[in-house]
Amino acid sequence: MSDTATNAPVLAADGTPLKRSLSRALRVQKMRALALIAPLLIFVLISFILPIGDMLFRSVENQIVENTLPYTVEELGKWDGASDELPPEPVFRDMYFDLFLAAEMKRHTRLGSRLNYEASGMSSLFRQAGRKLDDPGKDAQDTLEEIDPRWGERETYYEIFNAAEGVAVDDALLSAQEKRIRWLADEPPTGEMNFAPSAEASALLPLAARVYTSFGVITGLVDNKVVEKTKPMESLYLALVQDVTRPGFVDDLAAYNGPQKDALAALATAGLTAPNYTQIFEEVDRNWAKVETWRIIQTHSGPYTSGYFLNAIDMQKTPEGAAVQPENKRVLIQLFIRTIIMSLTIMGACILLGYPVAWLLANLPMRQANLLMMLVLLPFWTSLLVRTSAWKVMLQQNGVVNDVLVWIGLVADNDRLVLINNQIGTITAMTHILLPFMILPMYSVMQTINPSYLRAAKSLGATNWTAFWRVYFPQSIPGIGAGSILVFILSIGYYITPEIVGGTKGVFISNRIAYHISSSLNWGLAAALGTILLVVVLALYWCYDKIVGIDNVKLG
Amino acid sequence: MAESHSSDAFVEFERVQKSYDGETLVVKDLNLSVPRGEFLTMLGPSGSGKTTCLMMLAGFETATHGDIRLGGTSINNIPPHKRGIGMVFQNYALFPHMTIAENLAFPLEVRKIGKDEREKKVKRALDMVEMGAFGGRRPAQLSGGQQQRVALARALVFEPELVLMDEPLGALDKQLREKMQFEITHLAHQLGITTVYVTHDQTEALTMSDRVAVFDDGRIQQIAPPDILYEKPENSFVAQFIGENNTLRGVVKEIKGDLALVELDNGDLIDCKPINVSKVGERTQISIRPERVEFDKKRLQPGVHTLKAEVLEFVYMGDIFRTRLRVAGNDDFIVKTRNAPDQKRLQPGEQLEIGWLPQDCRALDA
Repeated sequence: MSDTATNAPVLAADGTPLKRSLSRALRVQKMRALALIAPLLIFVLISFILPIGDMLFRSVENQIVENTLPYTVEELGKWDGASDELPPEPVFRDMYFDLFLAAEMKRHTRLGSRLNYEASGMSSLFRQAGRKLDDPGKDAQDTLEEIDPRWGERETYYEIFNAAEGVAVDDALLSAQEKRIRWLADEPPTGEMNFAPSAEASALLPLAARVYTSFGVITGLVDNKVVEKTKPMESLYLALVQDVTRPGFVDDLAAYNGPQKDALAALATAGLTAPNYTQIFEEVDRNWAKVETWRIIQTHSGPYTSGYFLNAIDMQKTPEGAAVQPENKRVLIQLFIRTIIMSLTIMGACILLGYPVAWLLANLPMRQANLLMMLVLLPFWTSLLVRTSAWKVMLQQNGVVNDVLVWIGLVADNDRLVLINNQIGTITAMTHILLPFMILPMYSVMQTINPSYLRAAKSLGATNWTAFWRVYFPQSIPGIGAGSILVFILSIGYYITPEIVGGTKGVFISNRIAYHISSSLNWGLAAALGTILLVVVLALYWCYDKIVGIDNVKLG
Repeated sequence: MAESHSSDAFVEFERVQKSYDGETLVVKDLNLSVPRGEFLTMLGPSGSGKTTCLMMLAGFETATHGDIRLGGTSINNIPPHKRGIGMVFQNYALFPHMTIAENLAFPLEVRKIGKDEREKKVKRALDMVEMGAFGGRRPAQLSGGQQQRVALARALVFEPELVLMDEPLGALDKQLREKMQFEITHLAHQLGITTVYVTHDQTEALTMSDRVAVFDDGRIQQIAPPDILYEKPENSFVAQFIGENNTLRGVVKEIKGDLALVELDNGDLIDCKPINVSKVGERTQISIRPERVEFDKKRLQPGVHTLKAEVLEFVYMGDIFRTRLRVAGNDDFIVKTRNAPDQKRLQPGEQLEIGWLPQDCRALDA
C-alpha cells in the first residue's frame, strides 16, 4: 500500500492519480467562485474593457482612407511619391469616381477631416470637391443627349447594365460594390436589391458598369427605391464617355450582343474625347494639382498607421518616414512632462500634508480618531465639482485668499496674487481633493505599527527623532508607497479640476485628450495619447514594483 | 549572590501614585526597593497596576506623585532613552525591517559605538542566547522562541544594569515557556543584572524570582521570596492568588497564642494559626493548601478537630491524585495526594474525616 516508488504518482483511494482527483475536487469550488464573480466580470467586460480596447484600437486604425477611396489608393500605390511629378491621369480618374461616390454617401467630409489632422486645408479641399464634381458629369450628360436623345432616359441605362432574365451576372462586381456601399453607409442598409449587373455590359463598359452598379446598390439597398425608375448619378455619364473613348472599344462593341447596341455605336462614332480628370480637379481647386496633397493621401492610405502615435509625441508621418513636427506645433511632449511633474508635485504635497494627519489618526484615542477620520472623509460626501468650484471662489483675484492677504497687509491691493488658472491653482485644488487617498492607506499601515516598536527603540537609547526615523518611518513606507501610487495615478489622468482651475498653463494631458474627443473629433490622436498615458502609468507601476515591491503596498 | 539582599537599594519607588484620568488611582502609594542583582517579579491580575509600575520605571509613563530612583538618583525627569534600562516587550518588538544583527546593533549605534566593537558585542550577545547563526535573518523568519531570545539579547547587548521584562513569555507554548524561564533566570544571575519581571502567571513568578511582589488593586499585597509567599501568605488575596488554595469561612471563637479556634459557618470547629485576626468574634477566611490536608487519622495530632467530608470526584493526574470534596458546605474543597503504591484512591460518595496540622491552616482576613 504505502510502498509507492518516489517518482510514481500518488494514487487516491479509488486508484486515480491523486493530482487528478484533487483537481476534480477543486474544480467544483472554482466553478462556484467563478459563478459568483461572473455577473461583475461580464459587466466589466462589456461596459469597460471592450470599449476601452476599441478606443485604443482607434489609435492605429486608419481604414477610412482605403475604404473611401479604394481604387484611388490602388492606383496611387504605383506612383512614386518622392518624385516631383503629379500622379498619372488614372489616379485622378479613380479619385473622381471614388470621391463622387463618397460625396453621394456624404462620407467625403469625414475623410477630409481625417486627412486634415495631417495637413490643414485637406478638409475644405474635400468638402469643395464634393460639391463641384457634379458639374463635369452634367456637362457629359448634355453631350450624350445631344448625340442621341435615348441617353437622356434612365431606362436606357437600366436596360444596358441590368442583367435581364437568362443573362450572365457579374457577381464579383456586384459583391465588391455592395461591400463598399455597406461600409460607406452610416447605418446598416435595410432596403432590397432590385438590380444585378450584366456581365456583358461590364466587359464592354467596365467603369460605367462599376458606377452604375454602385448606384444600383445605393438605390436598392440604402434608399429602397426601384433602380429602373431612378435617375442615375452624374458620374455615370462621365464614366460612359470614358468607356466609349477607351482604346479597343469599337472592336469590343462589334462583339457585343446586348441591348442598346446602336445607341452605343452612335457614341463610338460621335468623336467624343476622353475626359481630362487632372484638369477637372485643377479647376475645382489649385491644391489638387500640388504634389504635396497627393503625398499626404499616399502616406496615410494604409489600413493601419503609426501617424497618431507620432503626432502624440510631436512627430509626424511623412513619405520619408517619421519626422519632428515644426516647432510651433510641438506641444504634447511638453504637456506630458508637465502632467508628470505636476502629478509628482501633488503627490509630494499630499505626502507632506497627509503624513502627520495619518500619524495622528493612528495614534489618537479611538473617540478623537473617529472624529478626525470623519473630517478626513468629509470631502468624499461633497461633489467633486462643488469642491473644485469652491477653490475657484477661494483662489480668484478677488477671492477669499487674496482678500485675507490684502487685509493682513502681506499683499498690496493693486498687486493681488494670481492663484488660479495656472499651475498653482491646479496643484492647490488637486492636493486638497486627493489628500484623503494619501491619508487612508498611510493610516491603515500606521495602524498596524505597534506602538511598542517606538517604546523599544527609546528604551534602547534612541531619541524621539531617531526612534521615529529609524524605526517608525521605515515601517510606514508601504503606506506612503500605496498612497503615492494611488494619488499619482489618479492625478496623472485627472480632468475636471485642471479643466476648471487650470486655465491654459495648468491643464493636464487628459484635458488635451478630452479636447480631441469632443472638440477636434480626432479620436485617433486621443486614443494614441490615452494609450501612451496608460503605458506610462503601467511602466511607473512596474518600476515601483521592482524598487519597492507591490507586495509591500497595503491599502487596508 | 550573597549581597543580593543587601539593603542598598538599586531601584526605589517611594510613595508613588499614578492616575490616568484624575479620578481613580491605578497605583496607590507604592513603596518598593530592589537591591542590585535581584530578580524581582511583579505578579498580579490584569489591571492590578503592575505593568503601569514597569512603564513608569522605563519612563513611558510619568508618576502622578512620588519619586522613582535608580541607583540613588531620581529619574522622574529623565526621558526613557537616557535611562539606560534594557527592556523586553510582550510582543518582543523586534524591528521587522531590520535583520537580527541590525536589531542588536541598534542600541549600540545610537550610543555611537564604533563598528568593530559593535560587531563584537552583537556577536557575543547572539552567542549568549545561542542565536549566533541567525544574525542575517529577519524577525519574521524566526520562531516565537527564537524571537524571544533575540529580544532578550537586544535588551542586554548594551550592558544595562537594569532589565525590565513585560510578560515576555506570554506568547510561547508551555514547554518552550518553561525552557525559557530557566534560561532567563540563569542568564540574569550569571550576568548579575537587576531584573524586574512582570507576569500574571504565578508559576512563572514562583520558579524564576528571588522575590515576588504580588499586586492587587494598585497596591503590593505581599513582597517575599517564593517559598514564603506560598507557605505563609499574609492575606486571603495572596493565599488565593498563589497556588491552589482551599478556603472556608467562619468566626474566631478563641485565640490562644499561636493557635486560634474557628467556628465555621455550619457550626464545625477547626484549629488554625491566626495571621491577621486579632480578636474573638471576628469573621475570618481560613486557608489550607490541598497537599496539606490529611484524611489518614494516624498522621494527625491527637486531639485536633476534624471535619466531615464527602468525596464528590476523583481525578487521576499521573503524578498526583486530585480529589474534590464537600466540606462544611464548600463543594470545591480540593485534596491532592501523591501517587504512591500505598496511597488510597478515594471513591465518589465515600464519607471520611479530614484534618490538618494547625500551623498549615492560616486564619486570614475575611
